[in-house]
Amino acid sequence: MNVIRLFATAGRVLSQLRHDPRSIALMLIAPSLLVGLFAWLFSDQEGVFDQFGGPILALFPFIVMFLITSITTLRERRSGTLERLMTTPLAKSDFILGYALAFGLMALLQAVITVSFAVFVCGLETDGPLWQLGLVAVVDALLGTALGLLASAFAQTEFQAVQFMPLLVFPQIILGGLFMPRDQMPDVLHAISDWLPLSYAIDTINAVSAGEEGWDVFGPLLIVVAFMLGALVLASLTLRRRTP
Amino acid sequence: MMNNSSVEVSQLRVRRGKMRFFDGLDVSIPRGQITGLLGPSGCGKTTLMRSIVGVQRVESGTVTVLGEPAGSRVLRHRVAYGTQDASAYDDLTIRQNLRYVGALLGAPRDAVDRVIADVGLTGQADQLVSSLSGGEGSRVSLAMALVGSPELVVLDEPTVGLDPLLRAELWGQFRGLAERGVTLLVSSHVMDEALRCDRLLLMRAGRIIADTTPKGLLADTGAEDPDAAFLALIERDQQQHLDTRRSRREETGE
Repeated sequence: MNVIRLFATAGRVLSQLRHDPRSIALMLIAPSLLVGLFAWLFSDQEGVFDQFGGPILALFPFIVMFLITSITTLRERRSGTLERLMTTPLAKSDFILGYALAFGLMALLQAVITVSFAVFVCGLETDGPLWQLGLVAVVDALLGTALGLLASAFAQTEFQAVQFMPLLVFPQIILGGLFMPRDQMPDVLHAISDWLPLSYAIDTINAVSAGEEGWDVFGPLLIVVAFMLGALVLASLTLRRRTP
Repeated sequence: MMNNSSVEVSQLRVRRGKMRFFDGLDVSIPRGQITGLLGPSGCGKTTLMRSIVGVQRVESGTVTVLGEPAGSRVLRHRVAYGTQDASAYDDLTIRQNLRYVGALLGAPRDAVDRVIADVGLTGQADQLVSSLSGGEGSRVSLAMALVGSPELVVLDEPTVGLDPLLRAELWGQFRGLAERGVTLLVSSHVMDEALRCDRLLLMRAGRIIADTTPKGLLADTGAEDPDAAFLALIERDQQQHLDTRRSRREETGE
């Protein structure tokens, strides 16, 4: 690993984004719009948004970052720029972490905007501190980034990359505990949900909403972080200097 | 052996899909010269170049570059590769592209402006690559290959789609680099570019069918221009192939 090359890569990814203001706008504003839509939907039912608003905060950054990362890195794999990079001293881990750092910064901005919007505009109420909600949103966005990096290795076209979303993301949403508490699920599905990172993200959010502290919040969050790191390691293993 | 040759390829076998692309290829590329790699498209030029810069998965054989195994870590500072399609970031400016590659290679700050000037793009340095013409794009790609002051520069069809004036300019730069001791391997399917090289490798269907010089090529075939010379060589090669097949058949008594 080399810090200069890592930061150069992150800087390069951010400059690329800077030339694409529409994507930045979508990345920063889209989650807030969706949260707003949700809040509006339940505006007549007392307490429902407080119950679902938190998990929604965990979902949208995850989905948005998954899509953006998988498509951007796929573009790099396909355009010949990755092949050029593989002939330079850039380490594979610098490449992956550079991307993670750049999109992580965007995720931080996105989380600040989305959580602020949910709380101050839509009136989301939680018992736990706000910064913890923001932290979960950032970690989720990073998880989306990491899985997106990994998914891009298995897609040959942008079309396939988009198709990975229903395959990798939707089951996690369905089994994550948003639609039904996980302990009420059929045993097999409950067991499966124990192996999905988003379940722990939603557990964390629920703990924060309920005002729990310490291990109840940070235990599941650490599991999400572990999944994220695992996905980053796998993603850098899928990069090959030599290709057929 | 290492002193006068920059690249030694020995018994290289490469498989792409089910097809065996190279079946025991031997090539030697001299140091400090411009070697032209010529041949019809699909003959294996890109695969050979990829093997030399160490991004091609090879089945067996050795590729030694500047005294080291191809693709080894120390070579990543010393060897530069310009891919066939202009592989620059479309959504960055020329300068941003070069700064990034420069940072990866630890090139001095002024190297960026120097190579931009070298490829004649100083006026457009702050334009997005996506807004450039095809020829300008190839020059950006070339500048990216030169920014780290490499000892060996491998360029895959760098002049494709360029007008004759620009092509002449670029070949002038290749010559300048060679005079500074840089080794260049440049592929092309434009035969008249052959005359600008010091050494020529002609490839066909995954084999080197001639390792010669521009003068040698014309003298050997008696042709007046490199196009005709190349066609003559291909014909000769085909004839030989038929002959060996025929003699093989006779040996086995079929």
